[in-house]
Amino acid sequence: MIELNRVTKIYPGAAQPAVDSVSLTVPQGEICVFIGPSGCGKTTLMRLINRLIPLTSGSISVDGKDIMTLNPIELRRQIGYVIQQVGLFPHMTVRDNIATVPKLLGWTKAKIDERVDELLGLVNLDPREFRDRYPRQLSGGQAQRIGVARAMAADPTTMLMDEPFGAIDPINREVLQDEFLRIQAKLKKTIIFVTHDINEAIKMGQRVVLLQDGRLVQAGLPDELLNRPANEFVKSFVGSDRVLKRLNLLKVRDAMMLNPVHCLKGDLSEKVLEQMIKCDLAFLIVADRDQKLLGYVNQYDLRGHKGMVGDVVRKLTLTVSPERNLKEALSQMLSYDLGILVAVDEEGHIQGVLNSATLFKLVGATYDERGGHWGRITASGRIL
Amino acid sequence: MKQKRPRGNYFTFAFILLAFVLGVEAQRHGYLNFARENPGDIYRLLLQHLQLVFISATIAVALGLSMGIVLTRGFMRRYRETILNLLGICQTVPSLAVIAIAMTYLGIGRKTAIFALVVYSLLPIIRSTVAGIFQVDPALVDAGHGMGMTPRQVLFKVEIPNAMYIILTGIRTAVVINVGTAAMSFLVGGGGLGDLIFSGLAMVDAGLMLAGAVPTACLAIILNWSFERLENLIISPGIPRGE
Repeated sequence: MIELNRVTKIYPGAAQPAVDSVSLTVPQGEICVFIGPSGCGKTTLMRLINRLIPLTSGSISVDGKDIMTLNPIELRRQIGYVIQQVGLFPHMTVRDNIATVPKLLGWTKAKIDERVDELLGLVNLDPREFRDRYPRQLSGGQAQRIGVARAMAADPTTMLMDEPFGAIDPINREVLQDEFLRIQAKLKKTIIFVTHDINEAIKMGQRVVLLQDGRLVQAGLPDELLNRPANEFVKSFVGSDRVLKRLNLLKVRDAMMLNPVHCLKGDLSEKVLEQMIKCDLAFLIVADRDQKLLGYVNQYDLRGHKGMVGDVVRKLTLTVSPERNLKEALSQMLSYDLGILVAVDEEGHIQGVLNSATLFKLVGATYDERGGHWGRITASGRIL
Repeated sequence: MKQKRPRGNYFTFAFILLAFVLGVEAQRHGYLNFARENPGDIYRLLLQHLQLVFISATIAVALGLSMGIVLTRGFMRRYRETILNLLGICQTVPSLAVIAIAMTYLGIGRKTAIFALVVYSLLPIIRSTVAGIFQVDPALVDAGHGMGMTPRQVLFKVEIPNAMYIILTGIRTAVVINVGTAAMSFLVGGGGLGDLIFSGLAMVDAGLMLAGAVPTACLAIILNWSFERLENLIISPGIPRGE
């Protein structure tokens, strides 16, 4: 846990404080993102925490201990530190780089070797291949993975990360962000993450702190910043496409309609058709008794068909997992021109249905509630 | 990286051929007679010469490194430029003048010679130390501090290993130049191969002069070569060799 209390930094000779009375608590195991335009004091604020920059006034405590009562060298050894330029030591092998802090702490060689291999595995690099390489033999993405591993070497509770993925190309950045979130889900470090990229902030942060001219402008959940910007500055900073950015944050689960109208494969075609006409539905989802998705039928197929719906069912190949984010789901709907997307779990059981109506309702705009030619989806369960 | 450069072999071959031709030529003119008759003298003076170079180099490296390191520390920020400029001006004084000035204060003898040699090789070492440490990526220093290295650990584990290439180049230059300058220590009674060179010059005896000049040149070449080997041993393979 990191607690900042009226933290202020005034550089000697500067008229304006670089950090102006910031108070903030980062709970154990959370990623807190500091964001703001360049010169807003976000890096300064981060560097105050491990005393790389001396504090002017206010207090900071890490895991309940006031940092001013600790020896700065020991404090820094307890806090992982990752920077944008990576800063791997070129004259040391990957192993020695990762071993930096454990060596400072006087670990035994055996313990260090074991830890190095464990960490390389954690960041998805084969220890046998990478242990003895030098930093110049690594790609940018590999180097920053090692940078993250190095910061975690002595298993700190707290990590400071200054634009760690800022110098990495967009495709690899996504991969590294995902990997890091996966690691974080396991290890639950308390992390201060500095970035100037609002998309990264929204993706990485459980809590986002927006700074301007050294002052805290708004702090809260990423969704709060997008949905309820505190002032014009926040609104312009998060961008006019903030509604679209929310799609990144929300899961299919949040937007899908539960218990969508459907029929079973054993239902009689005539009856189903009758109901579909009555409810003005052009298409209908077909499931089996276990709520497993079989496909769909349309009015045209059922017209004049005697027997069970199951005989004329069409396959529905594009489905989505409820855990995917809405941006990906929407992108799928747009690229395949789908009116609806059925959310199924791994075994194919229907979890819910996403259509443009539910989606747009969630992110704030109004839309044709009839939802195009699929008609209205209602939460009424079976059609018969 | 360990690619063998065949061109290096051609150069070596050409060099040996040239030395052979010159040697034959020297023999024809009787230049080698002195060397053949007095190998003991040459050996003694060569040892003296080596001593002068090694003692002065050791002192110069120790002094130059520490002064260079001190100059890069934060508290010297304000004086750094002034001191380097002053040293730069001192370096423009010809080596002979440095020896002469040293002699007026310290009298004649080996001490004077060594003092002059140290003074003369100090600047390249200080310069290269300062330049070497300043070209270390500030991100490395930041990472070192951020991970909890003490300032001393940052210096010895991060800054110096990464500055080594440039520092060693400076030391090599200083030492190789020193081999030449050391010849002048004869003028203040410091001994060394300069004895033969200057005597040969004074007596217009090419044989005597060559007996001093050829070993001096060889010594410079061999030292230069050994330093290159040393660099490969000392500097981490992780650091790219700059041109």
